[in-house]
Amino acid sequence: MSDNPIEKITTKIWRETPELDNPFAAASCYCGGYDIYGDILKNASYIDYLYLLFKQQQPTPEQSALLQGLAIALANPGPRDHSVRAAMSAGVGGSTHASAIIAATAVGAGNLGGAREVFHALEYWQQCQTSLKAWQQLIKQPPQPAREDVWLPMEHTPGFDPNGVSCPTPVKQTLTYLADIGQGTHLHWLNNQRTELEAFAGCPLAFSGVAAAALYDLDFLPEQAEMLFLLLRLPGAAVHSLEQERLGWRKYPFFANGFKLNP
Amino acid sequence: MPVHSKLEKFEDNWCTSMGGWSPEGKVVLRGKDVFKDLSDSSWMEYLLFASTGKESSKIARLMEGMWVICTSFPDPRIWNNRVSALAGTARSTGALAAAASVAVTEATLYGLKPIKGATDFLYRADKRLAEGETLEQIIKTELKQFRSVYGYGRPLVSGDERVEPMMDFARSIGCGEGKYIKLAFAVAEYLSASRFKYEINIAAVCAGLLADEGLKPMEFYHMATLAFTAGAMPCFIDALDQQEGCFFPLRTSRLNFTGDETVKHWRV
Repeated sequence: MSDNPIEKITTKIWRETPELDNPFAAASCYCGGYDIYGDILKNASYIDYLYLLFKQQQPTPEQSALLQGLAIALANPGPRDHSVRAAMSAGVGGSTHASAIIAATAVGAGNLGGAREVFHALEYWQQCQTSLKAWQQLIKQPPQPAREDVWLPMEHTPGFDPNGVSCPTPVKQTLTYLADIGQGTHLHWLNNQRTELEAFAGCPLAFSGVAAAALYDLDFLPEQAEMLFLLLRLPGAAVHSLEQERLGWRKYPFFANGFKLNP
Repeated sequence: MPVHSKLEKFEDNWCTSMGGWSPEGKVVLRGKDVFKDLSDSSWMEYLLFASTGKESSKIARLMEGMWVICTSFPDPRIWNNRVSALAGTARSTGALAAAASVAVTEATLYGLKPIKGATDFLYRADKRLAEGETLEQIIKTELKQFRSVYGYGRPLVSGDERVEPMMDFARSIGCGEGKYIKLAFAVAEYLSASRFKYEINIAAVCAGLLADEGLKPMEFYHMATLAFTAGAMPCFIDALDQQEGCFFPLRTSRLNFTGDETVKHWRV
């Protein structure tokens, strides 16, 4: 054995005990002090476990209901969504199933309707809270990056749809429902101030904006919200990709007549 | 109700000058016929033209040297390569390994963020020098604002063994004497003597060399995106060739749990 100290993974999230016959297999796993396979498996819902993983504590019934509602609202953005289209593009070509998820994750990560937009929207919440004046000012003068990053600067107010006309019914339904069940300050405020904020932004509220408010009410950090948004939207990408894989490329748009190469 | 979506005019209407394929068998890239005008190009020349619109065998050769010397160490401990090694040991596919490694290469400590950031810094520094600021002022402002300067400093070790061979290669093809590479080393001289003791790393060297060839930060970023795959692929293959699951296995005691060990019971 080497005299060098053994390198370890430091974690506050996860604790394991080994099987007596195999130090490479866990006999028990704890998250936030809860025995996952002896307790959580039998007693918690999937959504509660998801909350536990991020927060290392059991959610209140209101928090659980809010996250559950958000998870349902986001689970399938539908086959017209950019991230789902990415997954279906993997499906029709017979690509690996993992590549469909990679495709959906990559496309659904962006500034337009994606997880990065949620990240930025959380930053707006952190900065403005429930001050309409602060929102107006920040929307009017958004932060400018001082140096170049791999992420491009936002081209619209995060949480709003620059290509929208009016706030779509499902977005309003989700906002109203989540504001009601979650009992959180920010969703309520957003529901009440939506039209004013939309006027400042010059475009309607989007799902990303509702998700950001919900996750801010759940006390998620911007990076946690970004990750969770990526995860929650994958089920739709998966099933639509599988469906198009079965149907084949002939039944999927190729935009044969829509592509125009300038002379 | 009137329909007035901003998207309506784009329906089945993607206009582009970038290029495309026609069912008649013609392929165009940036106005050039791929089969007639570009078929003699090296792959790096083709990538350069595709990504930047530039046609330069010198830049392509310089870029190729960078890819070989600087970006593809076949060491599975390096984090982007480790992803490919893990994919190999877990018996995933090579393309999934490469895709994940490329994505992971968009890192802060190494890879694409320093590459883009260092190029951006050199352009900004040059502009501010021209406006009359001193190099010291520029670097101090950068450190105060960002607590780091992309292209300087390195995790694990302080020096960078790639600088000398890269500069030797650059000089061998007639590069390495431009104002941006000189600026990169001038910044290095200041920083290595400062209390930070940051030494130049290869991102600043490549940024300086390519800025002297007229590449902008975004162009270098686009060109560099695939540069790391030749390091990732051998790590994947190596792990694939060995017993499944044997790449640095971890026993449970390798978790250093720093939270509260009190066992709680879920309230139903």
